[in-house]
Amino acid sequence: MQNPLPSKLQSLLLSSEVCPDGHVEMKVERSHLLEVLKGLRDDPACSCNLLADICGVDYPDREQRFEAVYHLGNLDSGQRYRVRVGLAEDDAVLPSAYSLWPAADWFEREAWDMMGIQFEGHPNMKRILTHEAFQGHPLRKDYDASQRCLMTEDDLMVPDWAKEDQASADDFETQILNIGPSHPATHGTLRTVVRLDGEVIDRAECEIGYLHRCFEKMSETHGWNQVIPYTDRLNYCSSMINGVGFALTVEKMLGIEAPPRAQAIRVILSEFSRLMDHAVCLGANLVDLGALTNFWYFFQPREEIYGLLESCAGGRLTVSYARVGGLSHDVPPDFEERCRRLLKEIPPFLDDVDKLVTTNRIFRDRTEGVGKMTAEEAIAWGWTGPCLRASGVPYDVRKAAPYMGYENYDFDVPIATTGDTYARYLVRMEEMRQSLRIIEQALDQMPEGPIITGDHHVALPPKARVYSEMESLIWHFKLVFDGIHVPKGSAYGFTEGANGELGYYVVSDGGGQPYRVKVRPPCFAIFQAFPHLIEGHMVPDLIAIMGSLNIIAGELDR
Amino acid sequence: MMKDVPTVNVDRPPSSLLERIYLGPIFSGLGVTLRHFLRNLFGKKDIATIEYPEVKRQYSERLRGRHILTTRDNGKLRCVACYMCETACPAHCIHIVAEENPGEEVAHEKVPRIYEIDLLRCVYCGYCVDACPEEAIIMSRTHEMAFSDRDEAVIGIEELRQKGPIEEADIGYRPYF
Ligand code: SF4
Ligand code: SF4
Repeated sequence: MQNPLPSKLQSLLLSSEVCPDGHVEMKVERSHLLEVLKGLRDDPACSCNLLADICGVDYPDREQRFEAVYHLGNLDSGQRYRVRVGLAEDDAVLPSAYSLWPAADWFEREAWDMMGIQFEGHPNMKRILTHEAFQGHPLRKDYDASQRCLMTEDDLMVPDWAKEDQASADDFETQILNIGPSHPATHGTLRTVVRLDGEVIDRAECEIGYLHRCFEKMSETHGWNQVIPYTDRLNYCSSMINGVGFALTVEKMLGIEAPPRAQAIRVILSEFSRLMDHAVCLGANLVDLGALTNFWYFFQPREEIYGLLESCAGGRLTVSYARVGGLSHDVPPDFEERCRRLLKEIPPFLDDVDKLVTTNRIFRDRTEGVGKMTAEEAIAWGWTGPCLRASGVPYDVRKAAPYMGYENYDFDVPIATTGDTYARYLVRMEEMRQSLRIIEQALDQMPEGPIITGDHHVALPPKARVYSEMESLIWHFKLVFDGIHVPKGSAYGFTEGANGELGYYVVSDGGGQPYRVKVRPPCFAIFQAFPHLIEGHMVPDLIAIMGSLNIIAGELDR
Repeated sequence: MMKDVPTVNVDRPPSSLLERIYLGPIFSGLGVTLRHFLRNLFGKKDIATIEYPEVKRQYSERLRGRHILTTRDNGKLRCVACYMCETACPAHCIHIVAEENPGEEVAHEKVPRIYEIDLLRCVYCGYCVDACPEEAIIMSRTHEMAFSDRDEAVIGIEELRQKGPIEEADIGYRPYF
């Protein structure tokens, strides 16, 4: 493939290349970083409107110990770009990209928190996933994961503006209020500090990280397949999708593909998971708005889907079903029948919810015009998924960069134009119906055959052969003890998670364990816009907006 | 590219008069709930809620519950203390100490002297079952476990050992279905 970078930009780079997956990768000096990023954003040949992620990687043996990797994308053409910049340990400072994309806000804070890379010109350079009083940067290779850090009540995060406000004479006029972290309406441990003027929010800041459990650090000490049970705990409402996304990324690095049957099963169960995820999101959102009944109507099919997942994988919530190269087992004999029954049973429940709320004026009044996001703003904040589509941008990874054969299925991307809470509800409702369409087609076309690759460097040989043949036993033994050897290099794999683009940036040093895994959780980018989204709204609107964004602390905090 | 994506616009027109005066949607909504109510009262019940613990959910035969260490016909553990399950376990919750087989069987030189699983650390992923080359560890469908302290959750060979014929055990996740 031709290098699509304009020559003006190329002259600023140290090097650039097109990776096998079509992503354009470039290396740049720190002094040219902002110029290159700006060029990538503004040059019509690239027009990267999405800053998907910023990831720090630590290479203690290199002269420039740290590397920051910027993941950029053009939502119209689907083209992806990666910008790498090396940094010396004693001078790990980068210019902030916040002025180019507000999405850099939390991504840069995360790189600071986890890797200790400073960003000059960032408006709020604080830790984000760990506590403010935390010592060290956990994703550095020399950070010992077993050490403990004790935090006390006094270290509670209070934003500067809130402190000043409480001290000033205007305190009478305004009031500082804490929403969360443990509040039933936050549906997860999320804390939002707001300043109220009357009942109107005029400033807000979020604190997250309560559910941080070092997923990325743990991945570095586990085999490639052993990471999959950990991915289940990212977005736990649709755990199947996470495991599949990770497996696909590793498969990409290995240059293999799962067999067609495995792909079809992955598609079916991923779409069912998406449906459940939307059902939980909308069900909970509606409960918060006082429409409890819908919760039951949504949870009934969800219960059945959990049963289906359990009959395939052996677990309901944390399925651990995907493996690098395929799936752990074939589906049970009654799989197709169960799926078809679900395809018949689910639509009436969706219709019921539709009848109860879609045209209901109380619901419309509560949600229309609430938490409005324009298309440009949403992209600038790094939004993807149903929330972005509700603002009118038809970006869906399943269409833009099809994987697992999504290009063979006929489905539409639901969009709405108003970008408010109501639009997000409508988009999710329609997406559930589209998911059912995909499942139906996948069932019709489901091929026979193996469910995991036959490459014994990657997949365990069938048990019967392990018991009886020496050779298979040796393969089995080698794979269990040494793990999969993924070629040296890095890759960014992205799939359409229930909340949007779920990306894994994976670095391998050729060993049996990942060198670095960076997740791009879709709701991380979405939630960083939340304080801005709620400004000017009332407290009950905050609840409505938060519910419609579907913030899942498991993937937000990792 | 994005322009070619088939889309469906889900925007809705402003509320009609009937919708604005609340009544239409309210009555149709009442119709929905009334239909569910009547059907659940007189007809075919479609209630997903079960009256746990009196009624228990029927799980599939793949459910990943508490482990079982299977035994041979002579009642000895099948396990040959090869450490594969311990290595494959992502939660590092299996602890094995091997010893020479004290019996006369020479076919299996090693046996576990200690085989412990910390059930509170275990994530019930089934990787140990996949890793075992001897079918020595499988999972049962036992998933209701309560402990009064953490030490109690670390169980050893005696608790894990298969009790009675395997057909009578409530077996779950295992190599074949
Ligand atoms: S089920 Fe998973 S976590 Fe539990 S002991 Fe087996 S391998 Fe370890
Ligand atoms: S249970 Fe199986 S894998 Fe584990 S030590 Fe025994 S024989 Fe090896």
